[in-house]
This record gives sequence, structure tokens and C-alpha cells, in this order.
Amino acid sequence: MQGTGPAVCLGNDVDTDLIIAGRYLRTKDRSVWAEHVLEDLDPALAPRIRGAIIVAGRNIGCGSSREQAVVALREAGVVGIVAESFARIFFRNAVNVGLPVIEASVACTDGAHVAFDLDSGWVEVDGVRRPARPLSPRMVTILRAGGLVPYWRSCR
Amino acid sequence: MSTLSERVLGAPAGAYVDREVDIAFAHDGTGVLTREALREMGVEQLPHPERLRLVFDHIVPANTGTTATLQAELRGYARASGIDLSDAGGGICHQVMSEGVVRPGMVVVGADSHTCTLGALGAFATGVGATDMAAIWASGATWFRVPETIAVNLTGRLGGPAEPKDVALACVARLGMEGATYRALEFVGDGASGISMDGRLTLCNMAVETGAKTGIFYADAVTVRHLAGHGVAASPQAVEEPRYEREIAIDLSGIVPLVAVPHRVDTVREAEDVAGTPIDQVFVGTCTNGRYEDLARLARIVRGRKVAVRTLVVPASRAVLARAIATGVLADIVDAGCMVAPPGCGPCLGAHEGVMGEGEVCLSTANRNFKNRMGVGAEIYLSSVATAAVSALAGEIAVPEVA
Ligand code: SF4
Repeated sequence: MQGTGPAVCLGNDVDTDLIIAGRYLRTKDRSVWAEHVLEDLDPALAPRIRGAIIVAGRNIGCGSSREQAVVALREAGVVGIVAESFARIFFRNAVNVGLPVIEASVACTDGAHVAFDLDSGWVEVDGVRRPARPLSPRMVTILRAGGLVPYWRSCR
Repeated sequence: MSTLSERVLGAPAGAYVDREVDIAFAHDGTGVLTREALREMGVEQLPHPERLRLVFDHIVPANTGTTATLQAELRGYARASGIDLSDAGGGICHQVMSEGVVRPGMVVVGADSHTCTLGALGAFATGVGATDMAAIWASGATWFRVPETIAVNLTGRLGGPAEPKDVALACVARLGMEGATYRALEFVGDGASGISMDGRLTLCNMAVETGAKTGIFYADAVTVRHLAGHGVAASPQAVEEPRYEREIAIDLSGIVPLVAVPHRVDTVREAEDVAGTPIDQVFVGTCTNGRYEDLARLARIVRGRKVAVRTLVVPASRAVLARAIATGVLADIVDAGCMVAPPGCGPCLGAHEGVMGEGEVCLSTANRNFKNRMGVGAEIYLSSVATAAVSALAGEIAVPEVA
């Protein structure tokens, strides 16, 4: 599983309330979440993350279990998330909706060229390659299937 | 010797296990997405409806037509598939589950991050997302990575005006917002047995604020008595002395009233240091501090006096509300000028019923003070019930003095 895109840098402890606020949760319309994604952190971010790779610091996705957070990022066109560490429910949610998550320690500058390869276990920022912490085999399978729903369908 | 999590999950830390779950619940927010995922998965028959629960708590009663329609669909789904539904007014999922549903040794998953609350009963309880929950409803099982455990060794007894919430804040401050990510917090030590069930639920509730997968107490005499009160027989769990990954010690007798200041749960100050901070609203409730002991504590402090700022009180469940009515606690609260809203999450998640305005400040007994959580541009301070009560009377953050 691979991806490339320009980096959009986020800091530490970006919680799920910041990714998608509670006031936008009462709908099944995914485009609403994509439209308001990261709004409370910086309203200018949503258009910039299409086709991009988010490079965050520690503990991204802490807080609420709301899956709308990862769905919002995926629907807004994020290619993958690289972070030093992830909150555990967010991490599991991302895999379940087919959004690649890469646990690695990299320096970030906005717009830097990021590439990752989950099978070989590395991430590269402007040509500098770093190892990524391997995912469990089950998570790799789910991610490769495109998420838990397609994985489930393929198992039946 | 195993940690309690290892014992309940039946495998050593670090192992991946597939486990049948005993209870799997979602609420009105996550339930909608769980239902959607089940539809997309093409699942029609649920193999174990008796293990599944839906609890309407996040936005109850419904605030808009859209919310009402989503809830009506989910209500219909629960009825059609035989899932037990605690409808609007029944209370917050974690509280409802603690009132005789969850028992020691169970494996419990909830589509809500504060599912860790239920570790207070000696169960392994953790939060998952909505799609995970759909797969669990469809199969009755899920996979876990058995967590490493950090022991929180409690010694001594709480004294003065400090309460379990202050211990929870101290614990979060010590570990930090990701200090226990992927780990379990096991609350042990002589001090643990002296903490009431309501207090244990408060402590386990805030385990996720350190990134932990769960917080857990051994079932003991307190647990057995609590469950007996809900008509459920249970036995204590034998205490082992496993090797923990790490141990932190908290001396309960040294705990003083604490306040988490905006916008991080782990930026904790002594209440004394923030005393005098002006506030616009006090909120007593949530899955952290909306239980009977909390309302009784509030009543004891405000009885016969009047609050100086708007004060919203939201009981965590109908059982809590009923008991507060029966004992006169609720009358004291109402007479003091507090508003009382129906059991549920209230304004905790910033969706309805007490949302804050730009620049306003709320002192809340909840577990999260993230930026904008209770309203865009508002600030949230988190405290114990006693601190909230004396602050409501003072109209600014104040420090409780007596127990
Ligand atoms: S009371 Fe607040 S923290 Fe608890 S379940 Fe409800 S919204 Fe979540």
C-alpha cells in the first residue's frame, strides 16, 4: 500500500473535536463532514488537504470515538496520515474506513513531498526515508481491502 | 501472574486475540453510523441481539427534526432486530451499563470513547468506532491487542474537600494526555478499596484522557454490594501481584481540589491558583460526575443558599434522578436556583441544551475541555462537584473547604 502527496503539517494532540466538531455530527451526509473538517483548528485547512498527506505530531485523534473524524479526512481527499503517535480508537477507525495510517517520526514542512509504502514499512519526506512502525497483519489486510466494510463483504 | 486485563482477555500483553464480547453497545450518535455500516455490509440478521444495547443519551430529547428522524429510524431498527433500547431519558450509556448490566470479568465494547468507565466493575471495557461496532454486532466478536498495564497505586484516604474527580485530574496530570496510549490503567493499592463505586466509575472514566484503552478496578466487596443493589449477584476477583510495565503512586491523603484549565485536560492547577476566575455557567453532570453521590454532594453544599450564576444539573440516569427525588437531594438543588435537565449527556458535547456563547466560561464536572467543545469561542474549566458547587454560589471559581 503506497501513497504520495504534499505534506500538510499539524501539531500535537489534535483531538477529534477539532477534526470534526460535535455540532456537525447529526447527519449521515458525509460531504458535510468533509466541508467542515479541521474547521476549529484552521478553516483554511479543508481545501488544502485534498490529495495531501497529513503529517502530525503526537497523539493525533485523541478524544471522542467519533468515526466521522476519519471519514471527514478521507472524504476531504486525504491520502494518508503520518504521525509520531495516534490515539488508539482513531487509529483503528482510520484502518476501518480504509485511510492509511503511518506511525513514524518525521520532520515536517508544509508542501514537502511525502511518499509512503506500508508494505515495505517506510515513509519519505523530501527524499529522507524513515522506518514506519509495522501494522498488525490483520490491519494490513483490512486496509488493503479498502476498509472493514469491503473486507467483511469479501469474507462472506 | 497476570494483570486483570490479561486475565479477562485470556492472553499476555502484546498478543492479538479474537474474543467473543459479552456486551456491545452504541448510542444515538454512533448507533446511526453502526446501522449504516451494517447496511453497507449487507448484514440483516444479528446473531446475538441479547448482547447488544442501544442507549439514547447524546442529544435527548431530540433538538431538531433531523435528529428526531435519525433517532426514529434507529428506534425502529432496535425494535425490528431485538436490540434492547434505553430510550431518551434513561440516561448516559456508561451509567446505564453500570447499573446491573456489566459484571466483573465481562468483555465489553461500546461505540464511545468513555466505555473505559465500566472497568470500575472489574470488566475489560473499551471504546471502538462505529464500523468496528457494526462488525461486532454482525459477528458477536472482535479482535484486541492485549494491552500492557500501568498500575496506579492508590495509598491512604481522601481527606478534606477532595473527591475522586480530583484524583482523576491528578492522574491525568501525572501521565499526560498520551501517557498511557495503548495501555490499561489498573487501579490498585490499599487506597482503592476505600473508593466508592461512584468514585471508581469517575476514575476509570478519565482513563481515556491519558490515551488508555481502559481503566480497571478489581471487583471487591464494594463491587458486590453495588451490583446486589441492582439485583445482580457477583463475586470478588482474587487480587494478584503481576509485573506491571510501570507503576505510579498516588497518595490520596495529599490530594487537594484541582482544576483543568482550557484547553487541555492535562493542564491541571490547584483550585486555589485559579480561584476568582469569572464564570458564566456551572455544569454538573456527565458520565464523569452525574451520579447520585455527585448530586448529593452538590445538594449538601448549596442547600438553603442561592447560586450566583446559571447552574445546570443533568443526572446521569433515570435511576440517579429517581433516587435524588426520593432523598430530597433534587429539591435542595432546585431550591438553590439550579436548572435540572433530563438524564443524558446534556451540553457536554456542545450539541444542545446549555451550549456556551463566544467568550463565555463554563466550569464543568465533565472530562474534556477541548477548544470549542461546548460552543465556539467558549472556555471550559474542569473540576470536582464540590469545587463546582462552591463556585456556583460564588459566581467565580472558588475552593471548597469542608468534606
Ligand atoms: S457525558 Fe459527555 S463524555 Fe460522557 S458519553 Fe456523554 S458526551 Fe461523552
